[in-house]
Amino acid sequence: MPLLELKSLVKVFGGLKAVNEVSFQVEKGEIFGLIGPNGSGKTTIFNCINNFYPITGGNILFKGKSIKGLKPHKVCHLGIGRTFQVVKPLARMTVLDNVTASAFCRVNTIREAKKEANRILDFCNLVGYSDKRAKSLPIGGRKRLEIARALATKPELILLDETAAGLNPSELDEAIDLIKKMRDSGITILIVEHIMKVIMSISDRIHAINFGQTIAEGSPKEVANNHAVIEAYLGEEYAQG
Amino acid sequence: MKSKNITLIVVGILSLLFPLVIHSDYYRHLVIIALMWVIIGSSWNLLAGYTGQVSFGHAIFFGVGAYTAGIFASKLHLSAWWGLLFGGPVTMVIALFVGWVCFRLRGPYFALATLAGGEIIRLVATNWESLTDGMVGILIIQSFKSKLPYYYIVLGLAGACIAVIQLVMKSKWGYYFVSIREDQDAAESLGINTTLYKNISLLISAFFAGTAGAFYMNYMAFIDPHVVFSLHYISIMAILVGIVGGVATIMGPAVGAFVMVGVQETFRSAFFGLAPKWISQGHALVFGLLVIFVIMFLANGIVGDWAKIKRVVFRAKPSA
Repeated sequence: MPLLELKSLVKVFGGLKAVNEVSFQVEKGEIFGLIGPNGSGKTTIFNCINNFYPITGGNILFKGKSIKGLKPHKVCHLGIGRTFQVVKPLARMTVLDNVTASAFCRVNTIREAKKEANRILDFCNLVGYSDKRAKSLPIGGRKRLEIARALATKPELILLDETAAGLNPSELDEAIDLIKKMRDSGITILIVEHIMKVIMSISDRIHAINFGQTIAEGSPKEVANNHAVIEAYLGEEYAQG
Repeated sequence: MKSKNITLIVVGILSLLFPLVIHSDYYRHLVIIALMWVIIGSSWNLLAGYTGQVSFGHAIFFGVGAYTAGIFASKLHLSAWWGLLFGGPVTMVIALFVGWVCFRLRGPYFALATLAGGEIIRLVATNWESLTDGMVGILIIQSFKSKLPYYYIVLGLAGACIAVIQLVMKSKWGYYFVSIREDQDAAESLGINTTLYKNISLLISAFFAGTAGAFYMNYMAFIDPHVVFSLHYISIMAILVGIVGGVATIMGPAVGAFVMVGVQETFRSAFFGLAPKWISQGHALVFGLLVIFVIMFLANGIVGDWAKIKRVVFRAKPSA
């Protein structure tokens, strides 16, 4: 049984089919990449999974059970964490408080929550920022804070939405290390990413979409050589050879 | 931390001794009213300051509490003091309905909905004469001639209110409230049931505002809809107390309450009779100027910007 399964997911905004019959399965323990050009519906799929958008058709199964129509906070309690592409730090709270607030998802006392938060800040290399306000973090730190917050809810599956976008090369390496570390700790990862260096080097499998429809799925190598993928990214002219 | 505790103890002792030292009923009255505003301001601050749901309708809760106490006396022929016990719970029931309607909206739209709610309930109270006696109002006989009992009752309520809010803010609920204020979508994605926790914040807030209302009925012995459901005397004043004192600080509304009641009284009485009488006409204008000043120079309120105030006032002697 796959950990997460999308069954011909459809999401319609007015007359626009943002996601059209997309199906894929994420197996436990893997890093599953989701790629596609701008506006192809990647973030929409994320918003459907944790139900910020009600889905129009199809179904989403987590551990074999439908999560269609569950409120976002319930989806989180089931074990699906997410980060946002446009980071949403709880700006006027300290970094520690940001993570503590999310740790309350699994524990009830402030002592346990703080302990868990500190452990995760350490895991994400954010200890030095602990007492800083979230809004004072540089972008690399904010992206890591997004991950830390999602991790504090103890997810089995984490949805990473362009966590590497806007990072400089050394931050990029740190981000890759962090994602691998997460996988090694047993968390399944579904990642949306534009930066090929990241997605190609860490993904076990990649699913490519364009205009809301599946165009390819396979290992990073297969997808990189797929005609439809090259066409989607570079245009028809360059897809000849 | 230690100096903070000492300050707290000193303030506590002073507030216990105050009415024993000051015998003037006038000054005792002012402090009683200020303490009542500490409760209302703190209650507003929990919902608006910490949870980010800015209410322009706290008169709803204050008024319902006051009328609960009043109706105990006028219709049930019981002591209005029962209101102190039941005013809070009854207000919470009303708040549940307010939350059910208004929390469908976010940000400024929520604020406007609460504003409308306050006006609606004022009209209901004015017209439902069989229950509220309408514009005739409710008049009771004060239980005590002396101000002393009222003083200690309201002091106890204010202290309890601040202590409870302090406790709540240091718990899971407090973290959730602030998370909701900072980003509702992010909070939801972190497993926070935002609807539930917004309502919890509203209910706690309503409980204290309602209790303050019930106290007001007992203390002033007269209420009518235009006083206790007033937009500018109650709802707006609650916001001013919060903003002037410091939004999202525990002691902010307490400081704000004393400043606002002080400013209001100073101008209403034309500087205690020292200035020409026409000055008292301008007290609403002074409120406006005060708010502009606070927003421009002390955006976080007196408590929130205390460090800044200290720096400016004590600039002459740099700290060692």
